[in-house]
Amino acid sequence: MLQYKSQAVAKPYFIAAIALFIGQILFGLILGLQYVMGDFLFPEIPFNVARMVHTNLLIVWLLFGFMGAAYYLVPEEAETELHSPGLAILMFWIFLIAGALTVLGYLLVPYARLAELTGNHLWPTMGREFLEQPTITKVGIVVVALAFLYNVGMTILKGRKTVVSLVLLIGLVGLAVLFLFAFYNPENLVKDKFYWWWVVHLWVEGVWELIMGAILAFVLIKLTGVDREVIEKWLYVIIAMALITGIIGTGHHYFWIGTPEYWQWWGSIFSALEPLPFFMMTVFAFNMVNRRRRNHPNKAAMLWALGTGVMAFLGAGVWGFLHTLAPVNYYTHGSQITAAHGHMAFYGAYVMIVLTIISYAMPMLRGREAANSNRSQVVEMWSFWLMTVSMVFITLFLTGAGILQVWLQRYSDDPQPFMVVQEKIELFYWMREVAGVIFLIGLVLYVISFFVGQRQPEASAKPLPAVSPAEA
Amino acid sequence: MHAVAEAMTGRPDSFPLPERRAQGSAAGAAQERVAWPPGDLAIWIFILAELAVFAIFFAAYAFARMGELELFVTYQQTLDTNLALINTLALITSSYFVVRAVGRIRADDAGGCIRWLAGALLLGGVFLGVKSLEYAHLFGEGVSLSTNTFYTFYLSLTFFHFMHVVMGMVILAAVAVKAAQGHYSREVHTGVETGASYWHMVDLVWLILFPLVYVM
Repeated sequence: MLQYKSQAVAKPYFIAAIALFIGQILFGLILGLQYVMGDFLFPEIPFNVARMVHTNLLIVWLLFGFMGAAYYLVPEEAETELHSPGLAILMFWIFLIAGALTVLGYLLVPYARLAELTGNHLWPTMGREFLEQPTITKVGIVVVALAFLYNVGMTILKGRKTVVSLVLLIGLVGLAVLFLFAFYNPENLVKDKFYWWWVVHLWVEGVWELIMGAILAFVLIKLTGVDREVIEKWLYVIIAMALITGIIGTGHHYFWIGTPEYWQWWGSIFSALEPLPFFMMTVFAFNMVNRRRRNHPNKAAMLWALGTGVMAFLGAGVWGFLHTLAPVNYYTHGSQITAAHGHMAFYGAYVMIVLTIISYAMPMLRGREAANSNRSQVVEMWSFWLMTVSMVFITLFLTGAGILQVWLQRYSDDPQPFMVVQEKIELFYWMREVAGVIFLIGLVLYVISFFVGQRQPEASAKPLPAVSPAEA
Repeated sequence: MHAVAEAMTGRPDSFPLPERRAQGSAAGAAQERVAWPPGDLAIWIFILAELAVFAIFFAAYAFARMGELELFVTYQQTLDTNLALINTLALITSSYFVVRAVGRIRADDAGGCIRWLAGALLLGGVFLGVKSLEYAHLFGEGVSLSTNTFYTFYLSLTFFHFMHVVMGMVILAAVAVKAAQGHYSREVHTGVETGASYWHMVDLVWLILFPLVYVM
């Protein structure tokens, strides 16, 4: 049951997120196949377009997820209805339609033509990885973000101010402000790349970590019943470490782009510690669950919450560290090692945190008291394991491909050309594609979990054995 | 910043840690507290993380120095050891002041606590002033981050520490303000211990940094 009626606006955001997630994975599979069958679907969907759609859809559906999460948790934290549910729904449609038109633009006309059609020459911002969107789409994103921040901000202002909602808000404001660098496109390539990372890196290794921490903290408060104060303290320590290591850690992208040499030291030292906040999140999640004051009937949400800590630490932390030191990165830069890290980090940190809040909130959004039926949860947990394990394999196969690639192409006494090496690591790409298919099966099961066991009663939780106050 | 400082200094009564609550109830409320570590557990996790950053920084310094020993030794001599010594004394003394501040609040003397904290803040200010003089001198000579590896490290390490002194002063000031508002007493002063613990960490890092960068 919803505590506040207006929380319901989160539902379309979550549904759109899942729908776009499916699209992202389908394009991922097309893309994976193109690694081994270069002309697959050519000329309809060339490699560069498939890649653009795969990455852009990821970002957009995560943004839908973050906004849905904010609309769901802010009223509950602020203990008041959302400032304007109507505005939230309007922005939903604007964002969805703009996103759909943009993807259609990618697919239906050549990219250069899209640039021409959308007047890119008036304010050139296109043509850069992840920021491929036409300038007008970017403007749309800013409008949506502003309306969203206004809505959420006003809600927090008029209601109870909690650490969770403040950290979330700081993260979301940071997200919007840093996106403005997408509009800065200097002629100088070094400067271009320098500020491009202010969007890309300072999002995923900066402000998004605040969003993730806040959502995780919210879900853990709800699931475990642990004192808010304890959880808030953890949140402070985690975000402080995330910012200390992450901001200067941007330097690990500045090693070889023409910036001064000290970035090699700064980038190496600070980003070497970027795993710390993720490790803390894992310890935090498990610690809170161990100290729980009640058993929550939504076991699937608990699984996602624990899973996101572990997988974010592995994917963002460990796999990031793997190639973050300048002397290592000298060889591994832009290889399949990067792809391996990118896949597990995005899945572990941001995909899983969005699925955590969806898993927690969706039963209530659909009229349940607190959780889905056992049957639905079992299917959801199967999807958790299928997606998570196949993502581990995708990462391992890409890591294998990456190590071999770095060796053959860059490290051996007799370095070989890129395309020659690509053929030699084909086997890994095939295995990655198989793991990708299993991921898709997991995702299909995930969707199915919303439709099974609907008529069955809600799952119930065993009460915790009583403890004396001194132990609690 | 204020919110962070507030969280770090803590509100001891509103959220005692479970371990502490257990100890407290066992020992009895009136008895002298034996809580360990002093201050809020969260600050110790933070201190540990901060020390890890500095440890890696120091290790990187050692590694770089190994590679360019002569350069490091040469340019080390351009640093003003006397100023650094003044700063070392300022920080050690400020740490002593902070210890006295904790002692005063344990004796239920908030006024004394505030005065010792003010003294510590003053010495923190001295540190910042002297360090700024050093920077001004070096920048005047045309030294920058890109001059050579030694200066890269000297400037990065000391500036990173400089920012920690600033952060420590913000925390101590927040503690002093809360003390002035009457939030601390003989029984309730975890916040003072929390601030003190952080300040000692800032001091400790300098005590490693000073010989490492200026003397050795």
